[in-house]
Amino acid sequence: MNPLYLLRRHWVWLAILVIMLAAPFLFYDWSRGRHSGFALTLMSEMALMAVFALSYNMLMGQAGLLSFGHAILFGIGAYFTAHTLNWVKANDIMWLPAELIPLAGGVGGLCCGIVAGYVATQQRSTAFAMITLGLGELFAAAALMFMTFFGGEGGITTNRVIHSSIFGVAYSSAWQVYCLLIAWSMFAAILMYLLTQTPLGRIANATRDNYERTQFVGYNPRVVRYWQFILAGFFAGIAGALYTLVYEIVTFDTLAAVKSANALLAAFIGGGGGFFGPILGAVVVVGLQSGVSLFTSAWLLYLGVLFIVMVMYAPGGLIGIIGLHAPIARMGRLGELMVPYLRALVPTVVGGAGFVAVVELATHRTIGAAQGKKLSLFAMPVDSSSLWPWAIAVVLAVAGALWLRAEGRQFRLRWNALIEDAKARGIGV
Amino acid sequence: MEVFVVSLLNGLVYGMLLFMLASGLTLIFSMMGVLNFAHASVYMLGAYFAYTISLYLGFWPALILAPILCGLLGAAIEMYGLRQVHRHGHIPELLFTFGLALIIEKVVQMTWGMVAVPYRIPDGLDFSLFTIYGTQFPAYRAFMLLISALMFAAIWLGLTRTRIGLIIQASLTHPDMVGALGHNVPRVFTIVFAAGTALAGLAGVIGGNYRVTEPGMAFSMGPIVFVVVVFGGLGSLTGCFIASIIMGLIQTFAVVLDYSLADLLELVGIVVTKATPGAEFLTVSLPRIGALLPFILLVLILVLRPRGLMGTRDT
Repeated sequence: MNPLYLLRRHWVWLAILVIMLAAPFLFYDWSRGRHSGFALTLMSEMALMAVFALSYNMLMGQAGLLSFGHAILFGIGAYFTAHTLNWVKANDIMWLPAELIPLAGGVGGLCCGIVAGYVATQQRSTAFAMITLGLGELFAAAALMFMTFFGGEGGITTNRVIHSSIFGVAYSSAWQVYCLLIAWSMFAAILMYLLTQTPLGRIANATRDNYERTQFVGYNPRVVRYWQFILAGFFAGIAGALYTLVYEIVTFDTLAAVKSANALLAAFIGGGGGFFGPILGAVVVVGLQSGVSLFTSAWLLYLGVLFIVMVMYAPGGLIGIIGLHAPIARMGRLGELMVPYLRALVPTVVGGAGFVAVVELATHRTIGAAQGKKLSLFAMPVDSSSLWPWAIAVVLAVAGALWLRAEGRQFRLRWNALIEDAKARGIGV
Repeated sequence: MEVFVVSLLNGLVYGMLLFMLASGLTLIFSMMGVLNFAHASVYMLGAYFAYTISLYLGFWPALILAPILCGLLGAAIEMYGLRQVHRHGHIPELLFTFGLALIIEKVVQMTWGMVAVPYRIPDGLDFSLFTIYGTQFPAYRAFMLLISALMFAAIWLGLTRTRIGLIIQASLTHPDMVGALGHNVPRVFTIVFAAGTALAGLAGVIGGNYRVTEPGMAFSMGPIVFVVVVFGGLGSLTGCFIASIIMGLIQTFAVVLDYSLADLLELVGIVVTKATPGAEFLTVSLPRIGALLPFILLVLILVLRPRGLMGTRDT
């Protein structure tokens, strides 16, 4: 294997690494010579969420198992890490380097995976989804009940500054922690990628695609599910450990249903089919969560709508949409889609603006006005109690939707023609 | 004795409320194989619709109108949403209803606010029906029991004595065969979905003022309804009924019976103190784990007997 071949085949990894290292410098405050705390936290959250979503996809995308309680693995990993850090700190343990602390989270997730997975993987499909839902609720409730391990509502606080680093780094600044986080999330992601290439990963795909035939070939699907669950637990635990390192506090939220739902949303919006989908999804979900929530309290609604639209029209996720363009790109005729895309973009923007305006007006009337906030839409001050803004917003939304439908038909014609052409030339679709 | 009788009655009321929600979900789940995550959200919508309608028209029109609105919404969801997603497979269907539940919760918050709305029991029913061991039994609870009993009778008669009921029953087990016989199975699906959501809406109308009408009510009720459906078994209304009552009783009795494992151990002569290993686990009292019991049951039943109490096939 020569390095050039490796680079051509795996350039995405290098690109991710470069983006992760470079992105914080876009927000770097050169005059004062320090990193923007918000940007670093946002990037860290994206990275750890990406690991979490990838581990979720080991179940959803690769083994066809829909879990509604994946956060228990994440949360237990986070609690394990917090306790390990506190223990190292209290006893001044030098043999455990700070760089290996996330492994504690991994072990925690692994143990949780062994226990919870044994129960959950007895069944598959809907029954599996229900068991994980039940387990998720159980763990979240137990976290509030047992104080010694979970710390009740206050959670467990910890301090990541320990002095056992191999490199002599104290991990007191956000940038140092971020570097450690990059290393671990890249490491975890590459390991997960390699796992998909092993016989276990392949057989997991087989149980997803045809459960009965896999049995005929001589594999026990339950064992495959169990292994996949345990390993997913390990990686979810690492994501939890990274969470602990970034925030230095672990509360029961880390293993509650909302966290599980986030993993599901990220993995699905990004796309479960390809390996890199969940990474993309995590960036989108965290971006919406942290970015859009600065401007509006209705961000969860936008996320929900995005999710529903994806489920209805693009079940392959964002990565699936990109993948659909591959045959056209290989023909070198991607440019011909430019005009149809631009034509569809206009009604999307119009309709989207109308929809956002309706949502914001409604939110302002019930929630924002009570907090004494002034509403301004698209940089214009708006009075949510008068009729005009409402009328304009509704008209925009409806007109945009109808226009988009008409454009969509045109677009589909163009698209089908191109795909047919690709087929005729023998380019795989 | 006193505590027992009062709890029994309360458990029965709660169980019947659960049954109202679960019966619709059971039909939908058995027929389409879709675990409808948005079912409890429709229950919430029913309560909010009833609140708004009762502001203008009073409680009694709301009792009729709110379920109809919910049913129409259900029909729309089935025709324009689920049917679209159906061709992508089971997981997208499940995810679709999951996303819908998220959206409905947010929309409710946007329309009616984050805090509970003052949806109250109508004045005509706000009196005490009888007194039992010094505890008053409100007439509204009796009314709830009456409505749910009527509903149970209506569903049962509708399913077993009418033509459409027989077709629905057949579609539960052999949808392809029913289609081959010339029945419009997709329409049957829509009807069942609409009827199921209308029932959830009805449960919301009478449950919303019995409990609290707030945006979190769907997410607190949803998982418990799933437990009932799975526990009762797929395709069995009777199983669903029994499971609802059991779940209602368990949850009510768990609140009043203030015991823990430590008390149990004391009977055999072992006194648990703070120093005992696992003391934290042993001293957790029953009311505190009351909310957990349904989920423990859910996990156990799915692992040990996935077809549920009276189900005809595995979940």
